[in-house]
Amino acid sequence: MTSTAAPVTDQPTDPARTMSMGRVVSATGPLLALLLAIVYFSLRSDRFLTGNTMSLIVQQTAVVGVLAIGQTIVILTGGIDLSCGLVMAFGNIMVTRLAVVSGVNPYLAIAIMLVFTMLFGLTNGMLVTALRLPPFIVTLGMYSIAFALTRIYGHQESVPNLPSEETWLGKSFKVGGTAVSYGSILMLGLFVIAWFVLRQTAAGRHVYAIGGNPEGARLSGIRTRRVLLCVYGTAGLLYGIAALLLVARTQVGDVNAGLTDNIESITAVVIGGTSLFGGRGTVIGTLIGALIVSTIRAGLTLTGVEPTYQVLITGILVISAVGVDQVARARSI
Amino acid sequence: MTAMEQDVQPPSGADDTPLLKARGLVKRYGHLSALDGADFDLIRGEILAVIGDNGAGKSTLIKILSGAITPDEGTVELDGRPVRFTSPLDARRVGIETVYQDLAIAPALAVADNLFLGRELRRPGVLGSVFRMLDKKRMIEESRAHMAELKIGIRSMKQLVETLSGGQRQGVAVARSAAFAHHLVIMDEPTAALGVKETGMVLDLIRQVRDRGLSVILISHNMPNVFEVADRVHIQRLGRRVAVIKPHEFTMSDAVAIMTGAMAGERVTDEKIGDAG
Repeated sequence: MTSTAAPVTDQPTDPARTMSMGRVVSATGPLLALLLAIVYFSLRSDRFLTGNTMSLIVQQTAVVGVLAIGQTIVILTGGIDLSCGLVMAFGNIMVTRLAVVSGVNPYLAIAIMLVFTMLFGLTNGMLVTALRLPPFIVTLGMYSIAFALTRIYGHQESVPNLPSEETWLGKSFKVGGTAVSYGSILMLGLFVIAWFVLRQTAAGRHVYAIGGNPEGARLSGIRTRRVLLCVYGTAGLLYGIAALLLVARTQVGDVNAGLTDNIESITAVVIGGTSLFGGRGTVIGTLIGALIVSTIRAGLTLTGVEPTYQVLITGILVISAVGVDQVARARSI
Repeated sequence: MTAMEQDVQPPSGADDTPLLKARGLVKRYGHLSALDGADFDLIRGEILAVIGDNGAGKSTLIKILSGAITPDEGTVELDGRPVRFTSPLDARRVGIETVYQDLAIAPALAVADNLFLGRELRRPGVLGSVFRMLDKKRMIEESRAHMAELKIGIRSMKQLVETLSGGQRQGVAVARSAAFAHHLVIMDEPTAALGVKETGMVLDLIRQVRDRGLSVILISHNMPNVFEVADRVHIQRLGRRVAVIKPHEFTMSDAVAIMTGAMAGERVTDEKIGDAG
């Protein structure tokens, strides 16, 4: 920290003026990018800006969106979760096998599965807090463990013929001719809850404080280990809910699930303007980030472009978002 | 009574019982003694500077008083009652607040959020008890009142701390400690890394805190700052207190001479303070 010639007591600083260019871009950039994508594809195809296409985009965002909520709270604390998609895959196999192969009551199967995915999260949290291991390494290990357990437990086979109790989230209802799926509503509801907790409660403030200055948070009297454990546990629970949404969408228990969703959740968080260094970002940004990826995918499909271009564009967006964050951070320190 | 109002003791020159007293503090790291029987006395409503060369045990002493480490031997008394801290939270609970050198503030949170970090106010009724909702309005109002009282010029309590200047950030950290301290505020190098103008602002702030009736322990390497603001100066050397001087009775070079051992400290020590136990 160098001594800046900033005004001290006599001239209070204007928050609007001290907001750096980078910070403005990282706050409004994602929304702008989403709107640009929507405008572009609307001009290219008249089938794009319809209720059903929009509803489909939201529906296709549900799985990655819910994963990305968990990913956001972990990244806000300065961590990262590389295991989320694989934990979801384990939940996906577990809930379907319990009901179809073992004949467990489907609701009980869902409850057991949610407990297990939460345990995966809590294990990550324990290793990060009690053993002080880096989250990157812990969750990289958990990635392999969840991947292997999914295959061992799943016997390398997919599970069809699911009970309707496990697939009703994929059903939809009509709003003025547009089909809206229950899964979309669940995802949006979870985003609202996450926004509320992060913005309106002390627990949320503590998540940001830990990400911004872990030692400072501890010295301020925040029980940082307990908060971190809660964050990783909640993330695990969210991965279980994402597993339910996946089951509802694909109607099958799939041992190969989750591999692309894993990375896409991080992509959504980063495009949404949340800093990988922790302490900075919003869950609304993450929702927009996830919607951007789905919008581009749907738009390219509708306009008949090779879908691989979506992957290319996503890559460019990720690097741009991290670049903007880096500039914003450099200015503010 | 608002959450930040505390029943601070009025400054009283008559009361000679030290607010904080330590005797025979020993702290060893392996065969190395960071503190070797150090004593310490802080009077009510004073600014006491603690100076000493590197390795004199200055920071170990302060860490013991703020609860960050526990001594191997020795006693600490607050207001005449023995206390034993096992964590900074213990010290905070009895009204000792510390402003850390690397500022325990969250950069991406607003000024008001930082002032109340770890002791947030919740909304009354169901919104607070069931939904755990923060009372943002009240936190902002109380922050504003408190910052105005300490004459810290930050206009918006919603402003993010990372957009503040170094001096303003220090202001936030000091204001937070002063707001919640009952007895004393410990400040570790509060003017390090600040420009001239901002240093002046922080020194004013330290006086404001004292004038509110709190005692201040100031750890600083900056001798002119120490002599400008301190009521008394505790000089630490080789793990012990070697002298307590009043700035107007001694020169800075005397202080440095005592610090480095070129001048005997024992001869100048205020006898009354030394015998207070």
